[in-house]
Amino acid sequence: MVKQKAYINGVGCISPQQTIDNRLFLAEPVSVESTRLKAIDPNYREFVPPEMVRRMGRIIKMGVAAARSCLADAGNFPSPSGEGSGEGPEAIITGTGLGCIEDTEKFLGNMIKNNEEFLTPTSFIQSTHNTVSAQIALLIKCHGYNFTYVHRGFSFETAILDSLVQMENNRAKSVLLGAADELTTNSFQIQNRMGFWRRKPTDNLKLLDHLERGTIAGEGAAFFLLEGKEKPNSYAVLNDVEMLFHPVTTDEITHKIHLFLDRNGLKESDIDLLLLGRNGDIRFDPVYDDVIATAFPEVVSCGFKQLCGEYMTASSFGLWLASKILKEQRIPDTLFLQKKPEALKHILLYNHYRGINHSLILMSQA
Amino acid sequence: MSKRIYITGIGIISAIGNNVAEVLSSLEAGKTGIGEITLFPTLHQGSLPMAEVKLSTAQMLNLTGQEGSEDFTRTTLLGMIAAKEALNSAGIKDVSTLRTGLLSATTVGGMDRSEGFYKKFLEDPAKGRLKDVINHDCGDSTERIAAYLGINYLISTISTACSSSANSIMFGADLIRSGKLDRVIAGGTDSVTKFTLNGFNTLMILDKRGCHPFDEHRAGLTLGEGAAYVVLESEEMVRKEGKQPLAELTGYGNANDAYHQTASSPDGTGAFLAMTKALEMSKLKPYEIDYINVHGTGTENNDLSEGIALERIFDPVPPFSSTKSFTGHTLGAAGAVEAVISILSICQGMIFPNLNWSTPMKELTIEPVTQLLKKRSIRHVLSNSFGFGGNNSTLILSQPPQSV
Repeated sequence: MVKQKAYINGVGCISPQQTIDNRLFLAEPVSVESTRLKAIDPNYREFVPPEMVRRMGRIIKMGVAAARSCLADAGNFPSPSGEGSGEGPEAIITGTGLGCIEDTEKFLGNMIKNNEEFLTPTSFIQSTHNTVSAQIALLIKCHGYNFTYVHRGFSFETAILDSLVQMENNRAKSVLLGAADELTTNSFQIQNRMGFWRRKPTDNLKLLDHLERGTIAGEGAAFFLLEGKEKPNSYAVLNDVEMLFHPVTTDEITHKIHLFLDRNGLKESDIDLLLLGRNGDIRFDPVYDDVIATAFPEVVSCGFKQLCGEYMTASSFGLWLASKILKEQRIPDTLFLQKKPEALKHILLYNHYRGINHSLILMSQA
Repeated sequence: MSKRIYITGIGIISAIGNNVAEVLSSLEAGKTGIGEITLFPTLHQGSLPMAEVKLSTAQMLNLTGQEGSEDFTRTTLLGMIAAKEALNSAGIKDVSTLRTGLLSATTVGGMDRSEGFYKKFLEDPAKGRLKDVINHDCGDSTERIAAYLGINYLISTISTACSSSANSIMFGADLIRSGKLDRVIAGGTDSVTKFTLNGFNTLMILDKRGCHPFDEHRAGLTLGEGAAYVVLESEEMVRKEGKQPLAELTGYGNANDAYHQTASSPDGTGAFLAMTKALEMSKLKPYEIDYINVHGTGTENNDLSEGIALERIFDPVPPFSSTKSFTGHTLGAAGAVEAVISILSICQGMIFPNLNWSTPMKELTIEPVTQLLKKRSIRHVLSNSFGFGGNNSTLILSQPPQSV
């Protein structure tokens, strides 16, 4: 059986940047002096039935709107909802690091304040980690495979792995792949006490210029429609993904990168652009420099978290960025490249979450 | 994708026993694990029952050699105990010899500890011990279980409500079939928490008498806790190592009801689709299924919807029972807990009873098995797990061939 390729035929992204409109491409990057970046809320009523919007927690709104925007972008919004004429995806596979924390906090807070009395179920129901993918299924009446992964910096990556497994084995001809994470005041505060964030407000666009302890918090939702066939609207091919749990040495990482590229028929020098999960934290960024020095001395590289902030599924913003770059065959000026790549055929995304969850995502021009 | 997947090891901890042998003896004796709430103070003590694992968190720390450590939540400890038993049961001494993965499922993660943290934090955002919240996220339990077992090749966590651990078994099998792993420890773990107890209570689906699955007078589920894992291995590895597997995973399917966030559709669409997919994969005809371990939570909605789906597929419906009347509903662990019970059914030639049943449901023509049935040939068992978000999963477990 011929392995089905996974073409990215539609994208939808809600982030701290103006990304929900797919015609735009970071021409006017959002710059704020802060320790946290808030995703720009679109008018959710354009994407979600108004009676649903009222009840939904913010992560659910972000996720459903990004998914809706992605399917519209792909021209594959399904017909049962009465809006589109497409068949819709055969499977929905998502990742979230912390899930629906706004609703979790709401239910937990009420339970504590009211001493287990006078509670209502809505926030409990919506606190379930798979609410985003379930609500998408409900909206588009998708009865197919529906999975949600919730593993820190592997959440989105496992969703990619599962998507590719389902596609390669012809279990699904199309997969709606996505990720969502929300930042709340309390989660920001707790992680601040854990030393995750910068002490002083920083201009996000200059986040990577000076390494210090801490980074900027972020959030967002990004969705991708994967289909087995190339279409005029195809952004890229999503080739492969690999996860490395807690590697100890740079050699371990570069060895794994080599094997990863090799099984995809590529060498390090074939990579045109290396997208890195740098976050400006002095404890976590040096490993990227070590990997470049060892494996990619000649390859053009840039970071992306100055645009979206740090969160467990930030690599999904990276995938959105890489998709746009490959489709439009240009790199937005805001990425400040030291030099221009000669071609834009293969992009390798290398990210790690707090030094524990390292991941590689390989994409190619469609 | 045609490779066969075998189960070579099982591990379980639940309200009816701290290991496979204890669970089996409770199932045979018809001894339920449902009782009074003792683990934490709550307004519902005395009025709502629960199915608690009969070990304190401190006892579990001792059992796993982590005395005095504050790094482990109850969810993590349950998972460590069951996953270790599964590994031992499969005779695996060194996980690094093969490409081994750990796929664990959980819905509450470290909520048992975050509840305490959050109480202080609400009073003053500078208060609350960070040590009590750092293990909150679902991935934390999996990373600690992985470290305890020495697994680092591939690890991940699934959370799809009450079908979570059926789904981790499914994804584990897919990863082996696609050649990415040689073997996987797959399952799930969830502890009881005040959060989930109150959550289900607001939905008014907790039966004050303990659950009565598939009974006309059922009034809801009973919350339970536990963990269970299976060791999945490829046919190739089983042959190479000359192992005799406990069971074969012959079919599985996941489908979405796409009807309502918490309620099941009246015609059981999601359940019907999940069972149909699993049967198709296994190439079995419905009449070849010898026993069904139903999801059977005991809520009015689930049992009706699941019952209708069963009647749509099977004619006649084979013997079935809900073992949640023993273990309570262990949420994210339920799929794996019931997969292990289904494997015990195959290995022991037994069908375990559905406790607390007396009156047939008026909408259905089917009745569960209410007495232990022994000395039967159980070749194929179908196990259902359904969750919030319309997430419906079915596993089919079969007697393995005499020699692989």
